[in-house]
Amino acid sequence: MFSFQTIVENLPTLLGAARYTLLISVLGCAQGLILGALLCAAALSKRTALRRAAGLYVSFFRGVPLLIQLLVAYYLLPVVGINVPPLAAAVLTVGLCAAAYLSEVLRGSINAIPKGQAEAALAIGMSPGDLWVRVLLPQALKIGLPAIVNELILLVKASSLVTVVGIVEITRMSQSIASSTYRYLEIYLAAAFLYLAINLVIAAAGRLLERRLTV
Amino acid sequence: MLEMLHRYGPDLLTGFGLTLLTWVLGTVGGLVLGFFLEMARRFGPRFWIGWPIRAYVEFIRGTPFLVQLFVLYYGGPLIGLRLDALPAGVLGLSLYGAAYFTEILRAGFDAVPKGQIEAARAIGLPGRTIVWRIMLPVMMVSALPALVNFAIILTKETVILSMITVPEIMFQTQTMMSETFAFVLPILILALFFWGFVEVISRFGRRLERRFTHYLLEES
Repeated sequence: MFSFQTIVENLPTLLGAARYTLLISVLGCAQGLILGALLCAAALSKRTALRRAAGLYVSFFRGVPLLIQLLVAYYLLPVVGINVPPLAAAVLTVGLCAAAYLSEVLRGSINAIPKGQAEAALAIGMSPGDLWVRVLLPQALKIGLPAIVNELILLVKASSLVTVVGIVEITRMSQSIASSTYRYLEIYLAAAFLYLAINLVIAAAGRLLERRLTV
Repeated sequence: MLEMLHRYGPDLLTGFGLTLLTWVLGTVGGLVLGFFLEMARRFGPRFWIGWPIRAYVEFIRGTPFLVQLFVLYYGGPLIGLRLDALPAGVLGLSLYGAAYFTEILRAGFDAVPKGQIEAARAIGLPGRTIVWRIMLPVMMVSALPALVNFAIILTKETVILSMITVPEIMFQTQTMMSETFAFVLPILILALFFWGFVEVISRFGRRLERRFTHYLLEES
């Protein structure tokens, strides 16, 4: 029989584990946005070497499964002498991967900004740095908002993969609860709805922001 | 190193094979199911079909694939759905893909100019012909990049099947790692395999795109 009691009993533990899911998502997202903006600048720069490097980065991080990237960070880095604690490895990898996707979103949005704006900004003597921070990026964030929210939702779900480096977030916690109570269906469904709740909040926040910004 | 390749080579090859197989079956299953869902939503009653499909899409898109697989594989037996790892994995991939594909198809069909459908109806084409001969080819132009994109995402979701013991490439390399304690080679093999795999699909996708948009390029 379906037992709601199991869910109610274990909900506090799952919510505790949700803190890690949120932590990894928030830090990964912040890192992804900052690094993504830099990557996007590199991808649009006049220097061929920079463009090539950005292209290679994006192709690698979008082409290799996150699960494998996590294993690389966690198992390969110690081999070359860099010891990273699990949480740092997880946040770093998730952020690096998000940066690749976000840089592409930003690139698309920046291409949608009329060229005249950049030319005008340079003509009145803005430095390239100012041009990016004050003219291009704010508009790119606004234009790309739906796609960025999409990426954030993917990020929250991707955080379930950090179980492989031993971080006890929602999925890992539900695994261990399920295997000790034998209530697989209930626990995993509870975990699923927890993720759903987080993502619905993000989606709603995104829609709200979209309305605010387009007015 | 060569010795290791010699010893684990066959396992790795079957792993590659299974990864390809699960990807192909999952993508095709997802596309077919997604297409049917979209058709049901577009032409079926809004309340009885439209809303359940919307809830399904929201559920699948809002929860991690790993958790969905666990619900299906470990939770399934509790409601009498007893599947082996491989069928459960392929079914999970298809169900997951269908939710995304159906949304992509919806956007694509919405982008077909209304006038073309009205014209087709006016000259008396039956509904099925309109879908196959008018809507699908036109829709492919706008939807193909997104479809290919998602097919690529699915290649990377196949590694998650290793978590429910499907012996695909990830599972094989993990076995290799835990038996030999060698991490560099297995992970490198994995990373290179997927990189190549994804490159091939995206090249193929670009070629398909050119095929479908050929008539657009000729005019300009």
